Amino acid sequence: MKRWIPLLVFAVLVGFFAKGLFLNPREVPSPFIGKPAPAFSLPLVAIGNTEANAAFSPADMKGKVWLLNVWAPWCVSCRQEHPVLMGLAQSQPVPIVGLNWKDKDREAAQLLAQHGSPYAFVPDDLSGKVGIDYGVTGTPETYVIDKDGIIRMKHIGPIGPEVWKEKFEPKLKELGT
Amino acid sequence: MIPELGHFALIVALLLALTQAVLPLIGAQRGNLTLMAVARPAAQGQFVFIALAWGCLAWSFLVNDFSVENVARNSFSQLPEVYRFTATWGSHEGSLLLWVLILGFWTTAVSVFSRHLPDDMVARVIGIMGLVSVGFLAFLLTTSNPFERLIPAAPDGRDMNPLLQDWGMIIHPPMLYMGYVGFAVAFAFALAALISGRLDAAWARWSRPWTTVAWAFLTAGIVLGAWWAYRELGWGGWWFWDPTENASFMPWIAGTALIHSLAVTEKRGAFKAWTVLLALTAFSLSLLGTFLVRSGVLSSVHAFATDPARGAFILGFLALVIGGSLLLFAWRGPKMLTGGSFTWFSREALLLANNVILLAALGTVLLGTLYPLLMDALGMGKISVGPPYFNAVFVPVMAPVLFLLGIGPLVRWKGDRLPDVFTRLKWALAVALAIGFLLPLTLEGFNPWATLGFVLSSWIALSVLIGFRERLKNGGRLGNLPRAFWGMSLAHFGLAWGIAGITLVANYQTERDVRMNVGDFTELAGYTFTFQGATGFPGPNFQGMRGTVEVARDGKKIATLHPEKRVYNASGMPMTEAAIHPNFFRDVYVALGEPLDDAAKSWSVRVFHKPFINWLWLAAVMMVVGGFVAASDRRYRIAVKKLEAPAGAAVQGA
Repeated sequence: MKRWIPLLVFAVLVGFFAKGLFLNPREVPSPFIGKPAPAFSLPLVAIGNTEANAAFSPADMKGKVWLLNVWAPWCVSCRQEHPVLMGLAQSQPVPIVGLNWKDKDREAAQLLAQHGSPYAFVPDDLSGKVGIDYGVTGTPETYVIDKDGIIRMKHIGPIGPEVWKEKFEPKLKELGT
Repeated sequence: MIPELGHFALIVALLLALTQAVLPLIGAQRGNLTLMAVARPAAQGQFVFIALAWGCLAWSFLVNDFSVENVARNSFSQLPEVYRFTATWGSHEGSLLLWVLILGFWTTAVSVFSRHLPDDMVARVIGIMGLVSVGFLAFLLTTSNPFERLIPAAPDGRDMNPLLQDWGMIIHPPMLYMGYVGFAVAFAFALAALISGRLDAAWARWSRPWTTVAWAFLTAGIVLGAWWAYRELGWGGWWFWDPTENASFMPWIAGTALIHSLAVTEKRGAFKAWTVLLALTAFSLSLLGTFLVRSGVLSSVHAFATDPARGAFILGFLALVIGGSLLLFAWRGPKMLTGGSFTWFSREALLLANNVILLAALGTVLLGTLYPLLMDALGMGKISVGPPYFNAVFVPVMAPVLFLLGIGPLVRWKGDRLPDVFTRLKWALAVALAIGFLLPLTLEGFNPWATLGFVLSSWIALSVLIGFRERLKNGGRLGNLPRAFWGMSLAHFGLAWGIAGITLVANYQTERDVRMNVGDFTELAGYTFTFQGATGFPGPNFQGMRGTVEVARDGKKIATLHPEKRVYNASGMPMTEAAIHPNFFRDVYVALGEPLDDAAKSWSVRVFHKPFINWLWLAAVMMVVGGFVAASDRRYRIAVKKLEAPAGAAVQGA
């Protein structure tokens, strides 16, 4: 009887593999999808013609479909997606808000001045509390938020041209932009 | 035209593989010598046609034929010639073609070096290898045709993944596949023995050299991969417990267990069922590794084919091959008689204990690798399992294996007396313990992990030396010791050497991440690193920045290192090329991070001091050479001569 054990173990594994084939290991589900984007109010990083002491709150974006891109000056893969975001800022399908996450060295303003800013606003989340409210697992992460302020999609990792085409464009179309 | 020729050659190879699989197996079952005789020419013919197909693909890459989709995706007109050649196996399709090419090579090797084996055994072994080949060729032709045309042709290619543009990657995949696929020989031998019911010492003796050689190749392949990661990824790490690394490591552990279990089966006739199961396991894990990497069920930086259709095909094939062989094992297994009694303290018992613990270690790696998938499939959330799990679980499980390794070769077969063995080994034990506890004190104070590593490595090294001393005392001469003994001792000594290196580098390496302007210096482990700026230079298919870092010790200049940062033209991918100054005792390793200002005057620079890292690579060389030396032992060649006569007689009789 015990000679059947290896076969049984293997059969169970095959069952799991068959199921695993149809799952996407890279996709981490976010419990926030379909929920209203958590409210916050943060000061803005001074770039270009930002008014002094200006603040940003998601309520300001009501009626627009927009992207919340969580990034940080110390994040290497954020630099990788920077050119892609710059391209998007040029063609302007949607406004991008860049949440500056845990910028302890206060480098964001200088960096964006040097390399250009793809962002409409750059709220400054120094303590990282807003990031926690949004369930950020790491930078970069990008949320698609609809006209009613509901989170409709979340993408983990840098946005490349292919990801944009395959993941973001259909979603944005669905949301009517 | 040439790509079509390659495609056609692959189809011919598939037909030959079918012939090679079906006819000899039927012949062996019916005792029909004519059908059995098909095995050798079919296998050799298949190899010729796969080699032809492979040559056609390599040619398409070398001449930049961007009308072939595979070439357009994975090569580039500016790519240096040597990488255009290695790009042949840089893609999913190309690496599978390399897989079947190497399977063809091994099958041909079996067909040539099996003159002394009974005809039905050869027919079955080659037939089973043909079945495996049929599966892979069908997979290539139906889902992953490497010769798919692109109409209209692409103006230029998309370039090879820059990570793979390194000469470590030139030889890593062929070596790894030589190992992976080499286990197919032991697998086929085990299945042939199960079918024929002839599970005896002879079967184990035939399998042994093949298994050892495959193991040596796999060792070389894995370590080359680690060496590549160390130099190319710029993090100074060499092993990440990435699913793809685990996929190659698991067959290695099973193969290691198999080598030792085969020794017992050959010499003592014991553990037959266990040995057969290990032979099936080693190759099954190779196939599983291929499935894990090629199907994309696990996320991994290496997984360059994520396509459910391909995954479903490999899974079906996997179920057929592994499921079929395990079914055969369950069905025919009870016929295996276990021979050779032994007591609890004997070489057999120690080898069995080692085998069981090795499989437990294998289980921890398998569990860690598959756990995210299992949780996800059960809907229990997304989890990732990282190095902390593997280090915390794998290392403690392996420690008893390494301890027993010091005793096993010195204990007699059948039974020995514990007090006697203790007397022979007590000095080694005392010295190993002394080194383990005292050495860390002279370095950075007591450290339990360092102690564990030093005790085990000096224990194994000393026991190898004792093995030599006892052989010489009993009248042996160094020149007369059997190669199997030399090989074993060298591999074990290499392992001890490697453990020492791993212990030292893991516990005493230092690193520093600094921002450096031209003229700035930083100190690490007694070395002074002075940054002299970075200048741009054009590469063949990339734009590079080459930094200059002067390394000095006690005011004396030791080396000028040139770490590079590259951006590849076709993909826009940034790459880090670390610069290393190696010697026997340490590596000094410098990697350029990012430019911190527009003028590229100021950079983030990462410097590492890696004590004794090169012992790892040296240790691997010892283990690989040990494997080849053991496989070339006279015994296997004498067995050839002895067996020739009766085998010939059997043919005449039939």
